Amino acid sequence: MTAPLVEATGLKVAYPVSGFRRPPVEIVHGVDFHIDAGETLGIVGESGSGKTTIGRAILGLAPVSGGSITFDGADISHAAGAARRALAKDIQVVFQDPYSSLNPSLTIGRTLAEPLLVQGWDKDKATKRVLELLDRVGLPKNAAERLPREFSGGQRQRVAIARALAPGPRLIICDEPVSGLDLSTQATVLDLFIEIQRDTGVAYMFISHDLAVIRHISHRVGVLFRGEIVELGTTAAVTNDPQNPYTQRLLLAAPVANPRAQRARRAERLRLREEQEATYGGLEKLARRGIARAAAETTPRQFRKAVSS
Amino acid sequence: MLLYIGRRMIAGLVLFVVSSLITFLLLSMSFDSIIASRLGPGATPEQIADMAARLGMDRPVLIQYFNWLGNLFTGDMGSSFFTGADVASQLPQRISVTLSVVLPALTLSAIVAVGLGVWAASRGGWVDKVSQGFSLLGNLIPNLLVAIGLVSIFAIELGWLPATGFVPIEQNFGGWLRSIIIPVITIFIGGAANIANQVRGTMIDELRKDYVRTLRTRGVSPRAILLKHALRNAAGPAVTVLGLTFITMFGGALIIEQVFALPGFGTFAFTAATSGDYTVMLGVMSVGIGLTVGMNLLVDIVNGWLNPKARVY
Amino acid sequence: MTSQTTASESVAVPAVVVGTEAASVDAPPPADEVRKSVFHRLRRDPQAVITASILLTTVVLGLLANVLPQHGPNDVVFANINLPTGTPGYPMGSNTIGQDIFSRVLHSINTAWVSALIGASVALVVGTTFGLIGGYFSRLRSGVEWVFTVVMTLPGILLLILLMPVTGGDFRATMLIYGFLMSPSVYRIVRNQTIGVSKELYVDAAKVSGVTHTRILFRHILSVVRGPIIIATAFLTGTAIGVQAGLAFLGVGSAEIPSFGAMISQGFRAINIDPLQFIWPSLFLGLITASIVLLGNALRDALEGSRPKPQKISATQTTGGFAAEATEPADPTAVLQVRDLGIAYQSPSGTLNEVVRGVNLRLRQGETLGLVGESGSGKTQTAFGILGVLPLEAKVTRGSVLIAGNELLGASEPELRQLRGTTIAYIPQEPMSNLDPVYTIGSQLVEGIRAAGDLTRPQARTRALELLERVGIVDPERVYRSYPHEISGGMAQRVLIAGAVAGHPKILIADEPTTALDVTVQAEILDLLRDLQTEMDMAIIMVTHNFGVVADICDQIAVMQRGQIVETGAIDDIFDNPQHEYTQMLLDSILDEDTIRQDPPAVVTQGAST
Repeated sequence: MTAPLVEATGLKVAYPVSGFRRPPVEIVHGVDFHIDAGETLGIVGESGSGKTTIGRAILGLAPVSGGSITFDGADISHAAGAARRALAKDIQVVFQDPYSSLNPSLTIGRTLAEPLLVQGWDKDKATKRVLELLDRVGLPKNAAERLPREFSGGQRQRVAIARALAPGPRLIICDEPVSGLDLSTQATVLDLFIEIQRDTGVAYMFISHDLAVIRHISHRVGVLFRGEIVELGTTAAVTNDPQNPYTQRLLLAAPVANPRAQRARRAERLRLREEQEATYGGLEKLARRGIARAAAETTPRQFRKAVSS
Repeated sequence: MLLYIGRRMIAGLVLFVVSSLITFLLLSMSFDSIIASRLGPGATPEQIADMAARLGMDRPVLIQYFNWLGNLFTGDMGSSFFTGADVASQLPQRISVTLSVVLPALTLSAIVAVGLGVWAASRGGWVDKVSQGFSLLGNLIPNLLVAIGLVSIFAIELGWLPATGFVPIEQNFGGWLRSIIIPVITIFIGGAANIANQVRGTMIDELRKDYVRTLRTRGVSPRAILLKHALRNAAGPAVTVLGLTFITMFGGALIIEQVFALPGFGTFAFTAATSGDYTVMLGVMSVGIGLTVGMNLLVDIVNGWLNPKARVY
Repeated sequence: MTSQTTASESVAVPAVVVGTEAASVDAPPPADEVRKSVFHRLRRDPQAVITASILLTTVVLGLLANVLPQHGPNDVVFANINLPTGTPGYPMGSNTIGQDIFSRVLHSINTAWVSALIGASVALVVGTTFGLIGGYFSRLRSGVEWVFTVVMTLPGILLLILLMPVTGGDFRATMLIYGFLMSPSVYRIVRNQTIGVSKELYVDAAKVSGVTHTRILFRHILSVVRGPIIIATAFLTGTAIGVQAGLAFLGVGSAEIPSFGAMISQGFRAINIDPLQFIWPSLFLGLITASIVLLGNALRDALEGSRPKPQKISATQTTGGFAAEATEPADPTAVLQVRDLGIAYQSPSGTLNEVVRGVNLRLRQGETLGLVGESGSGKTQTAFGILGVLPLEAKVTRGSVLIAGNELLGASEPELRQLRGTTIAYIPQEPMSNLDPVYTIGSQLVEGIRAAGDLTRPQARTRALELLERVGIVDPERVYRSYPHEISGGMAQRVLIAGAVAGHPKILIADEPTTALDVTVQAEILDLLRDLQTEMDMAIIMVTHNFGVVADICDQIAVMQRGQIVETGAIDDIFDNPQHEYTQMLLDSILDEDTIRQDPPAVVTQGAST
């Protein structure tokens, strides 16, 4: 076996808080995981769990305050400037919001060409590559001359995928890439992700709050709760036979789109909640079971302040 | 809240010191020319140096500044270069003349502008047209022209009001009122226009927010939504603009005072600057900065009171 | 950090063209078109054309200042004092010392434009540079911010006068300083815009793509900030000219430099001799500043679109005849019946676009109806239409909404208020934005409770605390005293539910009430709604796009597509046996819970990823 593509060891992320001598707010409290080449690691968690922050730390958009991230064996935790820009070839991103992730005043063609031009491609080659990419994500060639506002949410997300693919990366951080999409579009975009992975061997870190999406695309899943990974394993193991009580609750909380099955699941959820509360007390204590470290609590307000600064 | 006010006050003090230091440094560049002009054109460099030494103006600028600042905190602003009169005791009277024009203008602006802005935002129609036209008019023509226009029509042509001069309020209320009417209207036109525009805009933004819809679905009356909720939320930006308007009005009073020959703060400053009366200039400067800093502080405190989120910081 | 979809339904109103395009030279056609469209709009706007022509004319006149007049601006001819306007050689007459007013006006135009140029460009360069830096590099922000706070406390015009001994009264030096004093206004605009744009994900995406900060600033940020800067510049120009005139009026500056202020001052003193001596310079000064402001307004309209319209709080307008009886008879067993409801928005060209097209719904006592559809299907618009709280731009074009035999469409706001809270209530999607940020939770609840019933303040307070406890809030007293920003989203949603059920409504309209919440919270909120429904025997319309939520709580479903209901029925029937192909397609798109990704990780051949 070769070394993993990405490896995070004891990764901590803390945002500085504006104001004199205020301590930074730690969002991610030391997590370990790795992603192998060509695989999808799903990260599932609720708001405030730090799942987006982990992705941003790998991308260099969030400050690593402890531990390390390696890519291809090299430490990239604090890569900045030219070193970070060099990583652009290998690590790319697709964000959740297809509206905010494309500059409304640039044509699709220019948006797609930008990552290539900064990598030093010449213009003709880049133009050719842009057409190739549009074709790859199932958009017509004339899309290159059009502005984002002429496209639907699903089409814009295809553009975002094309942009991520442009430099031929080995890892794409997918931060809730199908959450903003309608149900009917969601499935087709997910299939596109899988198809591209099979064709190119790119690895995904797929961040989502939606277990159904995670199951659909992940080889392995990590469950995040308040900045810690409480459970990590193969998708089958984590979603069919969860060990951590929080994972159990999370799985039962998601409603299933089948009235009869949902009635049963609801009963099961209420039963489990009673049982767990009798055993462990509140949700807080129950998630802590199985993990050694006690995380510093982050209140929603501190948290919002930290991320908005 | 007290902690918040305390913090704002300390920040204000620091701001005052820094800002006055900068101004002091800028003014110090002209010390030599001020002394030279005082001694007359025939002054030799020795005479200038001698004079500077006597006035303590040969010492390093920073030391001069901190001496001045120290004295300022004990209430001593020095005495006039030329008349020898105590600066600190002259200022209140001058300021009160300016304030007796600026405060009525500000109050009038606030009342008219808030009323007009709220009405325009929530009713539309001709009220909105009037309000927009009014906002435009206030911005269209420089204050100077408005002042001169009003004087030439109401004082010179029609003779209804005195063109120039100031009657202290304690001397003759009617006379005072007549002497300030044109200056107040002049300042009011510029000030009210901006505030009305701002209030209209923020009120419209507020009325489009989700919570307004939710309040409606609870059966809350449109009147309560408008005046209790939307206006309260829009008040923060309005107060900020009001503060800025006060500062602009106070600074702009300089020109107005000159047109109407009012013996106010602006005239005082102008006379000092043209004659090179530098102790008076420093006094004037500290008042100018102090008023701005004080106004900002007041705006911050009012906003903190209006908006619970602001208090956290 | 966002973790949940907020699939809010947007109205299909044509997007307003954003007046921005990229800074780079090699712009392909569409970006040019955007710029062109702004230019075209300006060209068709008489206000812009006229004011721009006036300004251009003054500039030309200023340039010809040494050509057109027969006298220099400072030439003093004592024989020719106080000549009237129209005297040969003195088209505007002469002043009290025999100078040619025409010549002086033309030279004053130059002084005004030079002042504007210096003042505005200093303010622009300083403000924009630091605005970009302070807005983009968050680490430097507080420092830059502080510097500009200091600049703002410098005493404006007063400072310019105090510095007379330093500047020697030279208007160019004075305007240079004034430019700095004006820079905070530009700084604030640019900083705020930049902070806004920096949060856009496309900026993050550019960073990830290895684009340098400088390139991001110029390509992505400056192009967006440019519009507001152009508008601000127009107004700064006017201010600079006005201030320069004011200072010159006071006598700051050299007597050798002709300027409007000095001319007005001189003419004003001669008002008894010939008012035209001050009217000429006043006219030109007024013309220039007024044209600048009007041109600035025209620019703003062209770049930012029309100004926001007033928001009157009133019941939704209805147009056209109501032909509901023809489509369906009234059903006395229904607590709420919607028949043939049409809702339209006015497009900029004036035509009405229907976004809800003849919707029929029937809600029975104690039942939950799921109104399901994708974004843009019109489900939220339908809900707002029933509640009578559609935005001002919307109109009800047809149909009927009956509650207990009362027709809601066409009813006035006071009539609707009688029903709201007590008969029909609403739970919104986004909990935070639906609470007024400046009042405590308690006072907002009390206000709603008192609006919906005759309770005294202490009674309402007791009721509010009971409600908070009922919706599962652990420490009602504390939450009662809290402000909205002090509680979590899940708690805020409970508060909103408490507010909605305060008046024991018969009908509850819930618009995606769990979409903004975490799944674990969602499950609890759905439990709560179910309990409250049984307790109060309420009927619920649950607007949602989530079939899991539908399966959990609904008895009936109405599937909506493009403003129409395509299928209705009991949930078991619809899930088991959907009739309409759109429903089938939606159900097929649901990700099957039992399928887990089975294929192994892709095989990577080094460097072959294309």
